[in-house]
Amino acid sequence: MNVFQGRPVIPGTAEATALVSHGGFNTLASYQKSLMFGDKTAKCGDQNNPDLYQKPMAGTALCLPQTIGSTTGGMVLYCAHAMERSPACLLFAGHIDSLAAAGAVLSHVWTNRPLPTVDCLGEEFLNTVKTGDRIRVYEDGKVEIVSRP
Amino acid sequence: MELTNEQQQILNGEKGETMAKVMQTLVLYGQTFGATKMVPVTGEMGHLVTSFGLGVMKPVYELMDKLIADGAVSGQKFTVDPRPLDKNVPSDILKNLVFRKFMYSAQEPYDAQLEKLGLVDKTGYTCTCYLDQVGNKPKQGDVLSWAESSAVVYANSVLGARCNRNSGIIELFGSIVGYVPYFGLLTDEGRKATWVVEIKTSTVPEAQVLGSAIGMKVMEDVPYIKGLTNYIGTELDEKTCAYLKDFGAATASNGAVGLYHVEGLTPEAKEQGEDLIVKDPRTYVIDDKELARVKASYPVMWKNPDAAPKLCFVGCPHLSLEQLKDWTEQVSRGLKARGLAKVTVPTVFTAAPGVIEAFRQLPQAQTLKDTGVVLSYICPLMYMNNPLAGKMPVITNSNKLRTYTTARYYPSAEILDIITGGGRK
Repeated sequence: MNVFQGRPVIPGTAEATALVSHGGFNTLASYQKSLMFGDKTAKCGDQNNPDLYQKPMAGTALCLPQTIGSTTGGMVLYCAHAMERSPACLLFAGHIDSLAAAGAVLSHVWTNRPLPTVDCLGEEFLNTVKTGDRIRVYEDGKVEIVSRP
Repeated sequence: MELTNEQQQILNGEKGETMAKVMQTLVLYGQTFGATKMVPVTGEMGHLVTSFGLGVMKPVYELMDKLIADGAVSGQKFTVDPRPLDKNVPSDILKNLVFRKFMYSAQEPYDAQLEKLGLVDKTGYTCTCYLDQVGNKPKQGDVLSWAESSAVVYANSVLGARCNRNSGIIELFGSIVGYVPYFGLLTDEGRKATWVVEIKTSTVPEAQVLGSAIGMKVMEDVPYIKGLTNYIGTELDEKTCAYLKDFGAATASNGAVGLYHVEGLTPEAKEQGEDLIVKDPRTYVIDDKELARVKASYPVMWKNPDAAPKLCFVGCPHLSLEQLKDWTEQVSRGLKARGLAKVTVPTVFTAAPGVIEAFRQLPQAQTLKDTGVVLSYICPLMYMNNPLAGKMPVITNSNKLRTYTTARYYPSAEILDIITGGGRK
């Protein structure tokens, strides 16, 4: 099964390469170093996340269960998006958490570029999608794995 | 979402375009969680999480400038998390250069923005805003627009206030419009416990490890904790509140807990008892073996695990006045027992500016100074969150600091032993 139906939190379309985190995504720990030192590819700085550590996050389809960590999370995500270092889209297996929702909504309202965000894609989505897969996101929350390297 | 006339008018732009966008943000945020209405913020003061002026976060400062220019400032005063810099904390020329010129180069302008937005005063920088010496202490039932995970979980659990785990900026927006979306921990249903945690340890469990274990297990759910009063009593006195402060911070940082109930102790558990528990909750039993398992699972992030500690932080979250007095007494006694005058590892105790001021009036202030321990208002997390400090072998009794940085966790008793000349076991 390569098509998953979720809920469009911030509707939008995107096509990008998947970057998959099976553990919670710590937004501050992941972005702090790249924001601080001008890394436009936004390599993940969270050494507690073996799935993502040191992998570029900018422009990816970030697939995750939820975000964790500091309540600065939403603000950091907004900042990364405004600085064009955010993922191309955020894809959540379960219900989006309050910090990620804040980041997605702040990006939507306060920048001219929405950050397409889909949640409730189901556990099967995270079990299926792999880092490197090509992902297409549709306006209605449909997420398709279009190819695998 | 159903809005009142006033809320709708704000959304329609009758108080300006910026206020409309602030309201739009909160409405969209609430709709994501199924909120059906916005409710008034009834707490007297707000609390913000973002205290650091990281030079690179330009979009945030531009947004703050826009709010200020358009008069969209907080309708209530607020406190904010601790400052990231204090010249009293051990550092060196290179670190100071990195801290002041590269990392926190926007600190002064950001501090000025906070004042314009509604910061209570220059002493309002702490994560323990609810302590008496600080004065931002909500009442039971107050609806808050706060962020800072450790403050939110304390306000919800120990004080019985109602607040979601808001993000930075969202909490400010709630204070600006005076309303927050009604969902999650603001609702009776959202405050019900979906986990029952049974404590069956042989002695009082270390607050920071117990909180860590529960946080990792229940993540963002609400736990109802049974058996803890056997160890910490049934009164919310200063000692117990300090225990719950540290315990809660660990639940919130090692997991994402925003509210816990302790049977026979916390206000809602005292009033409602097991009516707070949903039907068929999940259960988690914690005994000595389980706490040992959790503690052993913490990764050591030091390059050389056998390195001698170069710095010790105690006070994340910030220490209460009673904790400060107690630590002073214990360090002084520990040093005397070994015939030492000063701590053997550079050590920083951190507390709110108001708590430090109160402590300085006490005879223990000189005692602490004599031990060589530095007393600071700094945020240890912000200090550690840079590549230079991150490479240092730093020890702490804070599970929150351990989680977010390379600092290594030791229980309080072991920290005391290490800094008073006992060395590392």
